[in-house]
Amino acid sequence: MTDTPTIRVEGVSKRYGDAFAVREVDLDLAAGECVAMVGHNGAGKSSLIKLMLGLTTPTAGGIRVLGGDPANAAASHIRRQVGFLPESVAFHPSMTGRETLDFYARLKRVSRDGNDALFERVGLEPAAVKRRVGTYSKGMRQRLALAQALLGGPKVLFLDEPTTGLDPALRQSFYEIVRSLRDAGTTVLLCSHALTELEGQADRVVVMNRGRKVADGSLATLRGLAQLPVRIRLTLPSGEIVETACANDDKVATLRRIACEGPELADIEVVQPSLDEMYAHFLRREAAE
Amino acid sequence: MNTLLTIAAKEVRDGLRNRWVVATTLLMAALALTLSFLGAAPTGTVGVGRVEVTIVSLSSLTIFLLPLIALLLSFDAVVGEIDRGTMTLLLSYPVARWQVLIGKFLGHAAIIAFATVLGYGAAGVALAMSGSEIGPESWRAFAAMIGSSVLLGAAFTAMGYLASTLVRDRGTAAGIAVAIWLVLVLLYDMALLGLLVADGGKTVNAGLLNGLLLANPADAFRLFNLTGFKSVSQFAGTAGLAAQVQVSASVLLAVLAGWVAAPLALAAVLFSRRQI
Repeated sequence: MTDTPTIRVEGVSKRYGDAFAVREVDLDLAAGECVAMVGHNGAGKSSLIKLMLGLTTPTAGGIRVLGGDPANAAASHIRRQVGFLPESVAFHPSMTGRETLDFYARLKRVSRDGNDALFERVGLEPAAVKRRVGTYSKGMRQRLALAQALLGGPKVLFLDEPTTGLDPALRQSFYEIVRSLRDAGTTVLLCSHALTELEGQADRVVVMNRGRKVADGSLATLRGLAQLPVRIRLTLPSGEIVETACANDDKVATLRRIACEGPELADIEVVQPSLDEMYAHFLRREAAE
Repeated sequence: MNTLLTIAAKEVRDGLRNRWVVATTLLMAALALTLSFLGAAPTGTVGVGRVEVTIVSLSSLTIFLLPLIALLLSFDAVVGEIDRGTMTLLLSYPVARWQVLIGKFLGHAAIIAFATVLGYGAAGVALAMSGSEIGPESWRAFAAMIGSSVLLGAAFTAMGYLASTLVRDRGTAAGIAVAIWLVLVLLYDMALLGLLVADGGKTVNAGLLNGLLLANPADAFRLFNLTGFKSVSQFAGTAGLAAQVQVSASVLLAVLAGWVAAPLALAAVLFSRRQI
C-alpha cells in the first residue's frame, strides 16, 4: 500500500436538475484494496462511479483518480489504467466475442495477443468466442464484460453489480479473479446489493443511502459501530433450541457463563449480525437523524 | 487517428452485418439503372448524350432519396448508443468524445459513399456498355454528380448526428430527422416558390434568391448539378436559370462542405458537454 490513495473523492456532490444523486461524499481508495459499495437502487452508487470515470462532472467537490482529473480531456493515460464493468452491460450484438474484445483492445492501445489468455481466464470457450454476442447468455455476456474490464491489467477496477445473473459457480470464479487482482495491487471498487455474497470478499464496506455515505469501514469496524446484538443459539440435548442475544463486547463472557454454569448442551452457534442486518441498521439510523 | 479509424471500421462492419450497406447499394443501383434506361426513352433515337439525361434524373432522385437514407442511418447514432448502454462503456475508454462522434460519422459517411459510388457507378457502366458515344465532358459531369451526391449524403448524415446529440430520446431524434427531411427537401422549395410568386419580383432580387438557395444543401446540390455543366442544363430545362446564377461551382461545393462541417462541429460541442 502506498501513502497516496489511488482514488480520492473530496466533498463531491452531483445534482441532476433538483435532485441530488450524490451528496458531499468523501472517499479514499488505496492500492491493493477491495472496497464494496452497498446501497439500494438510486442510492448514488452508479452516479459515483460515473463521476470517478469522468463520464460526468461533479456539481461540487473534486475527484482525483491516479493523480489526475478523470473528466479532463487529457485524461486518456488515466483511462488506459482503468477497467470498468457497467451495471447492465451492453455490447454490439452483431459483433463476435473476439471482435468485441479486439475492438476494445485497440481503443485501449493494448496488444491483442493477450486476448486468448483473457478469454481463458474468464472462462469463455473458444467456440463461444467465435459466435456473435447477440446469441450469448447473460453469464457469457458478463464474462465478456469482465474480460474487457481486465484489458491491459488495470490499476483501478470499477465493477458495478458484477454478479447479477451469474450462477454460484461462476460467482466463485469471479471473486477469485477479483481477489488475485487485488493481491497484485489493483484498487477494486465493487458495487452490489447482494450483500451476503460480499462478506469475506471486501476489505472495506461503504454504505450509501440517498446519495450520502452513511458508513465506511471494515466489516469488523462496522459491527462495532452498529452495536448490533450477537445472537447465540443453543441446542439442548432434547433437540429444543434456545436463542439469546448479547452485545458484541460481552460475547466471550456470555459464552463462558453458558458453558460453565448453563445446562448441558448439544450445540452452540454464534450468529454474527450479517451485512444485510448492518445495512438495514445504518439505513434506520440515517432515517432517524 | 488510429482511434478514429477503429471506431469508423466498427461502424462500417455493423453496417455490413445488419445489411444496411447491401440494401442501400441495391436500392441505389436498381433506381439508377431504371432511370438510366427509362430516362433515355424520351430522347428516342436521336442519339443525343443519354448521360446528361441520366444525370438530370439521378440528381433529382438523389435529392429525395439520399437525405432520407442518410438521416435514417444517423439519427440513432448517438442517442441509440446512450440508450442501449454501449456509450457508457465506450466513453470509459481512453477516447475523446469528439473522436467517438467523428469516427462514427466517418463510418456512416463511408457507407453512404460506397452505396452511391457503386449504385450510380453501375448506371455509368451500363451507359458505357450501351455503345452510345459519350464525351469526356459528359463523364466529368457524371463523376461530379456522384461526388456531390456523396457530399449531400454526408451533409444530411451530419444533420442526423446533430439531431441525435440534441435530444435524450430516440423517438424525438427520429422525429427531428423526419422534420429535417420534410423541410429541406420538400417544403423549402415550395415556400421559396410561393414567396417568389407572392412577391412578384419587387423585393426578392437575384442576389437574395441565390442566398436563399444556398441556405439549403439540397438546393446547393441541385444548382451544382443542373447548372454547373452546359450540356446538362439544356436537358434539365435550367439553361435560363444557369445564365442567371452567379454562384460558381466551387462556391456551391464549399457550401455543401459547410453543411457537413457546421452540424458536425455543433454536435461535437454538444456531445462533449453531455452528462451521460
